[in-house]
Amino acid sequence: MGLGIGLGHYLTVAAILFTLGVFGIFLNRKNIIVILMSVELILLAVNLNLVAFSAQLNDLQGQVFALLILTVAAAEAAIGLAVLVTFFRNRGTIAVEDVNMMKG
Amino acid sequence: MNSDVTDFASLAPAYPEMLLAVGAIVLLLVGVAINKERSLLVSYGAVLLLLIVAAIVLFAPAEGVLFNGVFIADSFARFMKVIVLAGAAFSLMLALPHAEENGTHKFEYSILALLATLGMMAMVSANDLMSLYIGLELQSLAAYVLAAIKRDDPRATEAGLKYFVLGALSSGMLLYGASLIYGFTGHTNLQEIVIAIAAEGRSIGLIFGVVFLLAGVAFKISAVPFHMWTPDVYEGASTPVTAFFATAPKVAAMALMVRLVMDTFQGITHDWQQIVIFLSIASMVLAAFAAIGQKSIKRLIAYSSIGHVGFALVGLASGTQVGVEGVAIYMAIYVAMNIGLFACILSLRSDAGYVETIQDFAGAAQTRPFVAAIMAIIMFSLIGMPPLAGFFAKWHAFLAAIDAQLYLLAVIGVLASAVSAFYYLRIVKVMYFDEPVHRFEAVPAELTIIMAVSGLFVVTYYFTVGGPLASFAHVAAGSLF
Repeated sequence: MGLGIGLGHYLTVAAILFTLGVFGIFLNRKNIIVILMSVELILLAVNLNLVAFSAQLNDLQGQVFALLILTVAAAEAAIGLAVLVTFFRNRGTIAVEDVNMMKG
Repeated sequence: MNSDVTDFASLAPAYPEMLLAVGAIVLLLVGVAINKERSLLVSYGAVLLLLIVAAIVLFAPAEGVLFNGVFIADSFARFMKVIVLAGAAFSLMLALPHAEENGTHKFEYSILALLATLGMMAMVSANDLMSLYIGLELQSLAAYVLAAIKRDDPRATEAGLKYFVLGALSSGMLLYGASLIYGFTGHTNLQEIVIAIAAEGRSIGLIFGVVFLLAGVAFKISAVPFHMWTPDVYEGASTPVTAFFATAPKVAAMALMVRLVMDTFQGITHDWQQIVIFLSIASMVLAAFAAIGQKSIKRLIAYSSIGHVGFALVGLASGTQVGVEGVAIYMAIYVAMNIGLFACILSLRSDAGYVETIQDFAGAAQTRPFVAAIMAIIMFSLIGMPPLAGFFAKWHAFLAAIDAQLYLLAVIGVLASAVSAFYYLRIVKVMYFDEPVHRFEAVPAELTIIMAVSGLFVVTYYFTVGGPLASFAHVAAGSLF
């Protein structure tokens, strides 16, 4: 990997993205769409990890894994949005603070 | 790489999965084609299909590794698949009476449950990080929709939304762990990871990966501190769906946990043991105390199931073959007790709807003595009273911990079990000693049969199924060593 950018750099970026995603889910007080975006960010971090390792190890399995994750992430986003639509139909809001009928 | 599949007969280890997949698609077509009023036919078909697949797994076993090593069928997978399929079949049966009211009358319900079960079977048989992920996601994605299947109910959709968000987070953590494990061992195949760990030893990256991977699986078995979705989802989803969630997916995720720690990470036993012991103690203690304050019966069951996962993990923490046997037996008995418990809850139905709070059970013993008796038996079994099945489940798990000299863990387990007796006994007290509030309707025949079967299992466990189950579990655990 030329220009001095090595595995460590990729792993660091991925770790930062992963942390951002997790914090995006927990600290976000506004909109559920932002949570969906955070989930995508987490999966993106994982893909970056896998592709970086795949290049480092000179092994294709990591890239195959990344492609599988991309596919499943699309299905996951579709289902998440569908559930969100039914929620919006019932409650008329998608603010995080309104997801509060059950406490515990 | 050449495929290891030469002809159709060499696919024998995957026949049950293939039958289930094809059957689910056929039933989907049937569901689309037939009249909406008769869509319960699809549910009956789904139950039948699950029972047939369970029979194939049980009576026509074929072992082997397939599809370039991503799929493994061994005795352990076979044991767990039988429990998963039985749990799924019985919880689909629970959804048959009053289906309209529960939102389970739509044919999509049973199709999604079948596909979730297929995902669980793939999880149980996973032999590669990729197939593990695909199985887990097939199970989870179907489950998110199942939670919100009663789509005009605000609570059900909220449950679905919460389940989705936290489930997606757990998948993300699991994947992050998987990517680290791949990076630091160079393999995604579980058997090759074993060899790589044995050759290279432990590295900090690998340990990080294991922690994230186990955290992802701990979400799915709802072990503390990854349990926060459980009470909300169990409360919000309609009761037959909760029965499904509380049984089959837990068994599959527990099977996955067992396979990962006992087989894949056998080279770093000391590291994962600490994680499992922590999960176990936290689950048992938190569940025992948090359940005391609950008013909703489904929230109480959620905490009860968290506690039971903790007890099962006591067996796993030992890291021995006896421990795996203990977990396997525990999950079988846990499913049998929970099916009976949910059958009782669905049987107690008054003009005000299903029982929701614990006070709604008041005086059930006077109007519905059979249901109350089964419920009381199951409560005593959940506490772990001898000679009921629940006692033997805990006995196997704690025995393994004592054999492995985890005395503190076993003592905490017994104490947590004693605390949990309080909230189980409170339900018995409300049923038998409080004045009736509701007039309960007649019990549907399906539920009576399920309650009778479950009650019989729990009461006569030691004399009937106990022996064969233990020897089957012994063979199953043996295949991991």
